[in-house]
Amino acid sequence: MENYIAKTNLELAIETKNLEVIYGDHQVVFDSSLEFPRHKITAIIGASGSGKSTYLRSLNRMHDKTVTVNGQIVYRGVDINQPSVNAYEVRKQIGMVFQRPNPFAKSIRNNLVFPLKENGITDKRVLDERVEESLKEAALWDEVKDDLNKSALELSGGQQQRLCIARALALRPDILLMDEPASALDPISTEKVEATMRKLRRNYTIIIVTHNMQQASRVSDFTTFFHQGRVVEFAPTQELFQTPRVKMTEDYISGNFG
Amino acid sequence: MDEIKDRLLKPSKATKQDQRGRMISYLSIGLIAILVISILYFIATRGLSMFFNDGIKVSDFLFKTDWNPGKKLVGALPMIVTSFGVTLLAALIATPFAIAVALFMTEFAPKRGARFLQVVIELLVGIPSVIYGLIGLAVVVPAMRIMYGGTGFGILAGAVVLFVMVLPTITSLTVDALKAVPSHYRQASLALGATRWQTIYKVILRAATPGILTAVVFGMARAFGEALAVQMVIGNAAMLPHNLVSPSATLTSQLTMGIGNTIMGTLPNNALWSLALLLLIMALVFNILVKLIARKGRIK
Amino acid sequence: MNAKRNDHLATGIIYALVGIVVIILFGLIGYILVSGVPHLSWHFLTSPSKSFAAGGGIRDQLFNSVYLLVLTLLISFPLALGAGIYLSEYAPDNWLTSLMRTAIEVLSSLPSVVVGLFAYLVFVIQFQIGFSILAGAIALTFFNLPLLTRNIETSLSSVPNLQREAGIALGLSSWKTITGIILPAAVPGILTGVILSAGRVFGEAAALIYTAGQSAPALNYANWNIFDTNSFLNPFRPAETLAVHIWKVNAEGIVPDIDVVSNGTAAVLIIVILAFNLSARYVGNRLYRRLTSSK
Repeated sequence: MENYIAKTNLELAIETKNLEVIYGDHQVVFDSSLEFPRHKITAIIGASGSGKSTYLRSLNRMHDKTVTVNGQIVYRGVDINQPSVNAYEVRKQIGMVFQRPNPFAKSIRNNLVFPLKENGITDKRVLDERVEESLKEAALWDEVKDDLNKSALELSGGQQQRLCIARALALRPDILLMDEPASALDPISTEKVEATMRKLRRNYTIIIVTHNMQQASRVSDFTTFFHQGRVVEFAPTQELFQTPRVKMTEDYISGNFG
Repeated sequence: MDEIKDRLLKPSKATKQDQRGRMISYLSIGLIAILVISILYFIATRGLSMFFNDGIKVSDFLFKTDWNPGKKLVGALPMIVTSFGVTLLAALIATPFAIAVALFMTEFAPKRGARFLQVVIELLVGIPSVIYGLIGLAVVVPAMRIMYGGTGFGILAGAVVLFVMVLPTITSLTVDALKAVPSHYRQASLALGATRWQTIYKVILRAATPGILTAVVFGMARAFGEALAVQMVIGNAAMLPHNLVSPSATLTSQLTMGIGNTIMGTLPNNALWSLALLLLIMALVFNILVKLIARKGRIK
Repeated sequence: MNAKRNDHLATGIIYALVGIVVIILFGLIGYILVSGVPHLSWHFLTSPSKSFAAGGGIRDQLFNSVYLLVLTLLISFPLALGAGIYLSEYAPDNWLTSLMRTAIEVLSSLPSVVVGLFAYLVFVIQFQIGFSILAGAIALTFFNLPLLTRNIETSLSSVPNLQREAGIALGLSSWKTITGIILPAAVPGILTGVILSAGRVFGEAAALIYTAGQSAPALNYANWNIFDTNSFLNPFRPAETLAVHIWKVNAEGIVPDIDVVSNGTAAVLIIVILAFNLSARYVGNRLYRRLTSSK
């Protein structure tokens, strides 16, 4: 496995060592060791059922209490896959955007303000600032700035997804996990979300799961290929798509899989 | 940097919130469980006291027909017979109506008709039982008197009142059962040239039979336990009914009439608690029946 | 051709049976309104009932019903909410949970007279509270809990799981996610359930005969000291409700104007319950729209 992991000079944001995920008696992710460089976009590609989403969701402890996760997840020198580690704080540092937009049944503003208030930010000026900044970062501000009190459910699918990105960014996380964030969106919305991601790279580490190889090649700096619960290859995106080192990767990206 | 690492390793406000939240919810469900257990316990101990303390035989209680606890006669058969009588009769009348309404809502007019009948059913559920009793007293009992002579009080009047009361229960559960029949059954049957009624009768009703049975059992459970509406029209005479229009008494009516007029700990009072225990046991039996039907339906 | 004729025949029978059911409902409501509404007057609603003479009103019964309803909801709602949250959000999939579910099913299938007698046995006799509003409210809580719990559970469960994930992923505690995100989204459904259960509680009599009692002692509506026997707020005084009043007047048959009193009371009862039913229908939708946009 070690062979496939790129030896880069980049600073690391998070890494996993021998991670495995087990649902009951059904193992989904095997012995996965990966390193994610800081302030880069890393794409995880693979067929459906390859365990890529399951892997992603273990990084911010979304599997707590439902699924067994073994191995290490090292973040800031701490193995955060320990029960003693505060999972709530992990999730504040490692935000997540889901496949289907899931804004709260609240106003646009309150979608951002509610989690902020829970984190002890109550000053109205700070809240307003944070709302504006985050919505701008997610490229949604111009479209909603005049009706922040409108229900978030009245937004279009693409707007809802960018609101969810803004909501995650409002907490000023370090890493942003994105689980097929554009798969439920139309092409125009997809393009907007991708543009947003490229902009975010400057300040955030992004790990995105996608089954769309064009998307991976368009937005990501690094790409890793998952197959049947195992990491097959990790490389700079250009390299992985143009000169894959493993036959299986080549088969997958050229479309003659199986 | 280190501040974040620090936060990762310490419990936070959220940790405490979750501990407290889990405790609150466990406490509530625990209270309900304790409540159910104490209901079973208290009613059982009171209800059995007649057999242990007053030396009454269970068989005498269940099968003798003379009820006069003041004279140590505690044959509950008249009440048992009457309770089952009104329950079965009410279910018998209600079931065809319930199936008709449910079919109308699912097969005939699933849109506007169903919405209208949904409102009708919900309103029927909402009407309090004393009002059913009141109308039974004012309308059903005189009607029985005119048609069959006598006082008009009795099993038939009770069954008529109960029929309307259990109708919504049976109907809404039957609707659920019919809706659960996969639509390709319907389409396959119609495609084979069957008429709508043949499809309903041979395919849909047959597939929904376990569900409909469950609905009827639920209806019967409600009828068996209903107290005031029945008490108002049954006549309240604790003797074996001669026919459907002679005054009699159900377990529930005997209980409601008697408990206030007896002294705690005496035989007449204990005898009433035994009736209550019988009611409780029947409620459990209906519950188990529903489970059995569900299991059987699944295996098939 | 036989099949076709059967089809027509069956269709005809079904329409007839449905027609009869509709007629029964309108007959019921119509009968109560027609025979009761003419007896309604300001005097009837605002004067105390009489035990032996004609011309009694229902002032105290009306107040008792409302007071009892409020007390019942105050006790049962928090409990049902806690239990509903447990069942929909925390309950692990094991034998203990299924035992809890069975317990709730058993409670909901118990006849209300049995539940009332249990409350009578424990609270009125054992704890010596006596016939009282409090005992009545406890009995009604027992009667109300299973349905309300189930309603809250289904309302919470019908909120999509994506909402839970969104909350958890933001580092919120499960508790905060439930109370701050899931619960508000479930409010329309819960409120509808609460209003419908209020209707059931308002009309229930069997559980009250031996708990809240069958007498309505003279009340002083100016006495705000809840420990005074004649204070209208005293939870330890016996309190006959509208539904119990209808039953008692008919069972005893002493008052000379039974028809006037019981039909009039029945009309009031049914009007209140119809109002509960209709408002449950509209409030749910209204509230949902209000909640999703702020201010």
